Amino acid sequence: MSVLRTGHGRGAGTGDRRGVQDGAARAARTRAALVRGALMALPLLFFAAFFGYPVAAIVGRGLHQGGRWQFGRVGDVLGDPAVRHVLWFTCWQAAASTALTLLLALPGAYVLARLDFPGRRLLRAVVTVPFVLPTVVAGSAFLALLGRDGFTDSLLGVRLDTSVWAILIAHVFFNYAVVVRTVGGLWAQLDPAQEEAARMLGAGRLAAWRRVTLPALLPSVAAAALMVFLFTFTSFGVIQILGGPTYSTLEVEIYRQTAEVFDLPTAAVLTLVQFAAVLAILALHGWTVRRRESALRLVDPARTAHRPGGPGERALLGAVLAVVALVVLLPLGVLVARSFDTPNGYGLAFYRALGSTDGGTFSVAPWQTVGNSLRFAAVATVIALVVGGLAAAALVRRSGRLLRGFDALLMLPLGTSAVTIGFGFLIALDKPPLDLRDSWLLVPLAQALVGAPFVVRVMLPVLRAVDDRLREAAAVLGASPWRVWREVDLPMVSRAAAIAAGFAFAVSLGEFGATVFIARPDDPTLPVAVARLLGRAGPMNYGQAMALSTVLMAVCAASLLVLENLRTPSAGEL
Amino acid sequence: MTEIRKAVTEMTTTNPTADQTNPTHMAKPSAMGSALLRLEAATVRYGERAALDAVDLAVAEHEIVSVLGPSGSGKSTLLRAVAGLRPLDAGRVLLDGADQRGVPPHRRGVGLMFQDHQLFPQRDVGGNVGFGPRMHKAPREQREHRVAELLELVGLPGAQGRAVAALSGGEQQRVALARALAPEPRLLMLDEPLGQLDRSLRERLVVELRQLFGRLGTTVLAVTHDQGEAFALADRVVVMRDGTIAQTGTPLEVWQHPADEFVARFLGFDSITDAVVAGGAATTEWGTLPVPPGTPQGPCRLLVRPTGVLLSAAPAPAPAPASAADEGALRCEVVARTFRGGHVAVTLRPERGPRLEAECALRAAPREGDTVAVTFDPQDVVALPA
Repeated sequence: MSVLRTGHGRGAGTGDRRGVQDGAARAARTRAALVRGALMALPLLFFAAFFGYPVAAIVGRGLHQGGRWQFGRVGDVLGDPAVRHVLWFTCWQAAASTALTLLLALPGAYVLARLDFPGRRLLRAVVTVPFVLPTVVAGSAFLALLGRDGFTDSLLGVRLDTSVWAILIAHVFFNYAVVVRTVGGLWAQLDPAQEEAARMLGAGRLAAWRRVTLPALLPSVAAAALMVFLFTFTSFGVIQILGGPTYSTLEVEIYRQTAEVFDLPTAAVLTLVQFAAVLAILALHGWTVRRRESALRLVDPARTAHRPGGPGERALLGAVLAVVALVVLLPLGVLVARSFDTPNGYGLAFYRALGSTDGGTFSVAPWQTVGNSLRFAAVATVIALVVGGLAAAALVRRSGRLLRGFDALLMLPLGTSAVTIGFGFLIALDKPPLDLRDSWLLVPLAQALVGAPFVVRVMLPVLRAVDDRLREAAAVLGASPWRVWREVDLPMVSRAAAIAAGFAFAVSLGEFGATVFIARPDDPTLPVAVARLLGRAGPMNYGQAMALSTVLMAVCAASLLVLENLRTPSAGEL
Repeated sequence: MTEIRKAVTEMTTTNPTADQTNPTHMAKPSAMGSALLRLEAATVRYGERAALDAVDLAVAEHEIVSVLGPSGSGKSTLLRAVAGLRPLDAGRVLLDGADQRGVPPHRRGVGLMFQDHQLFPQRDVGGNVGFGPRMHKAPREQREHRVAELLELVGLPGAQGRAVAALSGGEQQRVALARALAPEPRLLMLDEPLGQLDRSLRERLVVELRQLFGRLGTTVLAVTHDQGEAFALADRVVVMRDGTIAQTGTPLEVWQHPADEFVARFLGFDSITDAVVAGGAATTEWGTLPVPPGTPQGPCRLLVRPTGVLLSAAPAPAPAPASAADEGALRCEVVARTFRGGHVAVTLRPERGPRLEAECALRAAPREGDTVAVTFDPQDVVALPA
């Protein structure tokens, strides 16, 4: 065989063609941007029409008077001692609620993430029930527990419904699941080998936890804390029912100024204040979430759980079970008990009364509101899935400041005053081309606004977890971009989509702040009916409210149990 | 090192198909009339850095080409550019003479086997292999027949219903290969095809792959960082460095005549020093070495392959070291010896000049700390461009 000297550096030369900028790379980038734009068009349009426009309209109605912008009002309102008092209370109760929730829920996060005991899945479902429970129902549950003639009143002679403690405990009840799911979801996936490595390097048990596990968890603790702060900062239903005349948050004050005092300029200023606060919280939240995504070694959660060993862990498990029993199960139990506790002994009288129109509270039987709610929530879920799904698909490839901004913007409806949105719908969507005054669609649209952010939150991490090279493998095998999505993405996210749908459904079912404004009097939803029943005197109305709340709770709990069986590790963000 | 040599030997002795039925292999790529794949000044930039810098390359039909290079040399980018997964910033990719600009990956008719296989986890083996034919709208019956045929071919008959998660690494690799072959791509590209498998499996599979591709007449462009794999698989090897092509040639050519010091060192040759060639001898720090006839005259870098470093027992310490050099033998101390199965690799510290790598039979191997005399075989001395 002869030996040839081969040419060297064939890459040199052909300079004539090298200079010609092909532009193919640029064209591909442009195409990708176009696809993203097309996907984003519908969500953007949706949020512009049903969020931006109504909120802008209500702010404009309040501050644009006599043909001029009355920005002087901002100073006037903020200078008012009563408003300053509301602001102060809003902030400190949110901070106190957050601290109390972290204190009680962090041990729960550890127990549910790392300990393996019978009934763990059931417990995880149980603590999540309150999160999707309508605030009105929770409020009435705590009223039944802590209020006049309530559980603690008749048992211990202690009434807490006039104290701030009722509000704080109710907030823990609601947000326990936020901490357990956000922190526990990560905790379950942290590689124990990291802590073991620290132990082998000479760190004690506590030192290893403090130096390895805690730093890894801190960003997610911060993210959970900010979420809890956001939810409690904008709390409405709980305060409305438990706060009495003494305690009022920004959200309740906006409702009062809008619906009772009819002082729109003040309401507009307060809306803007809340808007600014929520934006700041979301910005902080986004920052901590991005830090959380940075380079952690994650493993299969099934591998990290172990049976509780030693007296310490058994005591911890016992304490967590006790807290869950007291803060989560007891209020729900009392609510159910109250629904059967008629003046003539235990029975189904309140449930039977739901079927008649005799009470005169509504033109329809309260029972029919269940059907209304289910119908509205189903439509809202479809809207939220389409809007949120498209937005998530557009956001998969993380790129650019603009998109990150959009990501945060999607959370905005969660923190914006529901009252503002509801009232905004009424005054903004009443003329062509968006004349929806008499349309039943108004309610599902408002509910979808709250459901869509959940859909994005649940689907985005799963979509991002799909290895891009799987998509490339499909493309090289001859699948068009649309087929790639259908064959690779869809099968993987279908479970996440089901979970997202469940959350959107439950959240829509319980939406109160906006719905109370826009539901037609002859077509109320279940939470609206509960609130109305609670607002009327007499044991019959109260009992019916408890019965109706129990029904709503059962529906929410059932959909959650279905979800728990669908849960994927990567979909555990909320 | 033995692996490589074995591969090269097999190449020249037991692989007549490549050389005889396909004479184009020995021709220079530029001389080929119609290449199946042709890259012209292909350039891909990531920011300021060019991952592919004006690369020209041609692959003829039925040819197996291995792209070899250290990580970060642009090998994978080359495959992605041909597949259409990464658009070019400049230059052209031509398949069957047609410019592929703007043609999306799914219409290029090329196959790509990914480094870590990327099997679809939610589909079984049959679903994975049948994916390509399904995308090309093959009727079900034909599809099933093709899947069965391919699984038979890769040695997994009847595995259609198995879950991909339950497969071993080697089996996954076979399924990935069957999947890539299923749509009958005109060009099959392999990205580190055997990268994650253990060594014995790798050595067996590379032989199987070569036989399979030869039987099917597949045109293959494979990327690897392992020269043993490249040499055993390919008709032609392309060595890449910093986004450019450092050398192309048959495995034997590249092995025997590395184009430059980079290629030589990448192949594992470390005994390199400055030299001046005059007539049939080169003057170096190691003394005067014989060079093969036809070696270019003048200054160069000189490579001595380990097989060309001949050891003998050192004469008793000479009173004047200079005289030893005059005799043509170089005195060296043995600083390390590594058992390599069939032979022993020996690292030597010469009395002057850089270290030398030598290879000798197990029985003749000196011990660490011994002093030996070294002479050189001109057949294993190669002049590299300065």
